[in-house]
Amino acid sequence: MKELTPIAAVLTVLAAVPLFVHSNTTLNFLVIALMIALAGQGWNVLGGYGGQYSFGHAAFFGTGAYVTAVLQVRYGINAWLGFVAGIAAGAALGGVIGALTFRSGLRGSYFALVTLAFAEVLRIVASVAPITGAGVGTLMTLELGLHALQFESRAAFYWVILTLVGASLIIVHFIERSRFGVWLVAVRENEDAAQALGVDARKIKTIAMTISGAITAAAGCFYAQYFLFVDSGIAYGTWISIEALLTPIIGGVGTVFGPLLGALVVKSLGEGAKLVTGDVPGLDLIVYGAVLVLVIAFAPRGLIGGLYQAGRYLRRLAVSPTIPLRKVRS
Amino acid sequence: MSEPLLVVDRVTRRFGGLLAVNAASLSAQQGRITALIGPNGAGKTTLFAMISGFIPASEGIIRFAGEDIGGEPPHRLARRGIARTFQIVQPFAGLSVCENILVGAHLHHRAREAALAAAEAVGRKVGLGDLLERAADTLTVAGRKRLELARALAISPRLLLLDEVLAGLNPSEIRDFVPVIRGLCDEGITIIMIEHVMQAVMSLAEHVFVLAEGRVIADGTPAQVAADPLVIEAYLGHGAAAKLRASHAG
Amino acid sequence: MRIIRSRRLRSAASVLSPTILVPAVLNGLMMGAVYALVALGLTLIYGVLHIINFAHGALLSAALFAAFFAYRVLGLDPYIAALLLAPLFFAFGYGLQRFVIGPASRGDDRNMLLVTLGIAVIIENALLLAFRADTRTINVPYAFETINFGFAFLAVPRVIGFVTVFVVALALWLIMTFTDMGRAIRAVAKEKLGAELAGIDVAHIYAMTFGLGTACVAIAACLLIPTYYVNPGVGNAFVLVAFTIVVLGGMGSVPGALIGAMLIGVVESISGLFLGESLGQIGIFVIFIFVLLVRPSGLFGARA
Repeated sequence: MKELTPIAAVLTVLAAVPLFVHSNTTLNFLVIALMIALAGQGWNVLGGYGGQYSFGHAAFFGTGAYVTAVLQVRYGINAWLGFVAGIAAGAALGGVIGALTFRSGLRGSYFALVTLAFAEVLRIVASVAPITGAGVGTLMTLELGLHALQFESRAAFYWVILTLVGASLIIVHFIERSRFGVWLVAVRENEDAAQALGVDARKIKTIAMTISGAITAAAGCFYAQYFLFVDSGIAYGTWISIEALLTPIIGGVGTVFGPLLGALVVKSLGEGAKLVTGDVPGLDLIVYGAVLVLVIAFAPRGLIGGLYQAGRYLRRLAVSPTIPLRKVRS
Repeated sequence: MSEPLLVVDRVTRRFGGLLAVNAASLSAQQGRITALIGPNGAGKTTLFAMISGFIPASEGIIRFAGEDIGGEPPHRLARRGIARTFQIVQPFAGLSVCENILVGAHLHHRAREAALAAAEAVGRKVGLGDLLERAADTLTVAGRKRLELARALAISPRLLLLDEVLAGLNPSEIRDFVPVIRGLCDEGITIIMIEHVMQAVMSLAEHVFVLAEGRVIADGTPAQVAADPLVIEAYLGHGAAAKLRASHAG
Repeated sequence: MRIIRSRRLRSAASVLSPTILVPAVLNGLMMGAVYALVALGLTLIYGVLHIINFAHGALLSAALFAAFFAYRVLGLDPYIAALLLAPLFFAFGYGLQRFVIGPASRGDDRNMLLVTLGIAVIIENALLLAFRADTRTINVPYAFETINFGFAFLAVPRVIGFVTVFVVALALWLIMTFTDMGRAIRAVAKEKLGAELAGIDVAHIYAMTFGLGTACVAIAACLLIPTYYVNPGVGNAFVLVAFTIVVLGGMGSVPGALIGAMLIGVVESISGLFLGESLGQIGIFVIFIFVLLVRPSGLFGARA
């Protein structure tokens, strides 16, 4: 329990923010940043810890968003149930895609391609299928209240997404310290060596993808509740696939806080770029692309990894940043 | 004598038109050290890959503890108790020594505390006790070889396949390593080792199989195999045995 | 219900008639030829660098814009512009690989994936920034002229495109087989370490290959522009199809790319007939996923 202190501290600090910050613009910015952090944390489980780089995580985000929205709009399902259903749908999708792709032994570039293809197929289907509203999209009815998971104040939404992000931090923390997490990292480092040590790589990767899908889907469900409108370009567009992978990579792949830190940094850079040059479309994405290239070139382990690297040089202690070790007494 | 722990029965492996292993048969007695030697390219590592489940045999049967294990994937065989080291050492580079061993320790210890304790114990056994928290990629060659061994040991194997674990070590490092291997045998682990370092083979192995061009050309005690003319020819070339005999006589 | 079903059946039957089917197939083949050119660049890059160039689509978009402005501002006919743009984009591709992708990724496959993705994002959004998302077209006088081949009327730009692609493929083959650079490229593709030891500058060869792939894309853009539209998102649409083709034909296989492209072009054309424009695209992706899952090595390629 003691090891949860950092997470508790961060969450407490973040939870206090709306008490001091009242500007709707800032709160909106933070809500979106946290939502992206959540989506990125999902990617992080599969990509950061598992080493399987998906380029189509929009598939899970969009599924979460659409399932929640459609269930409420067309079937009158309660918002909370819809939310849970959206997460379950994301998990199921992750399990299915994982089972299919890992059974074929797809790795590396091919895995990235196939995830991209799945996301694209879903986008096209969603843009023409009647159930999703086809090109027009799905518009949710405004209905304020806790029962409908819609609120008048931004702060309330902020605390909802913060709770979800907090849950994801705790989940990933426990994954790190579990046998599943150790095996997942082993698969990332060297799949063949891991298999020789008894790790069922295919099963582990599929489970990772299921968890990953669930977490990113949760971000999608939140999107639906917050913006009340979903269409195929928003749900399954490449923008979210890119942001979901960008935030962990910049913040630090394979770390608990990486996606959160990355999301805050990336979104701040985007906003900063817009402020400096006026609200031009596409500028924030250019900044993201440039940052991606720069991070890969100069700090492939992201910000947190970079901090660890610096710490390593300072302390001359070579400890890996991925799994916390208890000290060994000699 | 009871049935050997591992029996490889006329196993063949084809890669397209190439016959890498040709009807090779060998066996390993429980609790003994068996050596597999032969010139480079003879098919020894291919044989290991088949025994450990990484590639399937084109023909033949492999029996472990009496059961046919053909076609089973590596992770399943690891659970059965077959561990292997790799010729080209591949530690989990981003992790520490202890974390490397932890991966294998978790196979039989689900809880983290127990697995960590087991990993530490194995690390100490192979002589890495002081280096447990170092990053794996900062180890020397000898250190990496020990780590490779430790990782395999962490899964509590009954059969340990060592693929040229002494390669790249200098004589004093080899001298330090040999008792470690013998110690494992004393604990009851069955070992098959592919080796080129002949003094280690002579001092450690109780039974030796010689593989050349995919076939088993000789087997017996180290002394018998060393004197076998076929073996000499496989290493030194055609006619070498006769030349040696002639030079000894003269 | 019954009425609607039989109406659909009737229209399906009419679609299958030769007067509609044959031009559809031929159009598919010609579209396939342009796909082939894009795919050629991609498969070439994969065959040598062993990476999937995620920036390929964005480069196509950039080339389309370049061709557009060559026409609007310089008054260059697209087919003439190709002579200018091909070397230009070759240099651009060379520079990208030599000075950005290569150094940034340091040989790691996963990093190369991400770097090319980053470049794709930059280029695409830079185009968006500079030119907005409006769709533009050019109007060349021969855009709608057709040639009568007896069994069908085929659009002139498409026919020129078809022929040009084969000329380019032939040129590439000649380069690969008979020039020193071509031999060096093949050496690096087969055995990088050995090539390096033999004194070949691998970074230079990588960059040359990337440049060639980008040049192919530039030519493809010039062939496309008479009959296609230009906006920053077009490249994306094409590149996914190009990926499908390359995977179908086999990574690194030139004949695979050509045959795969023709196949895909025809499939798209025919499924477009039955399912309409957007769903026709789904057919391609479903094939894509299917091939990846069942036979990733494709028709002609080596196992990945």
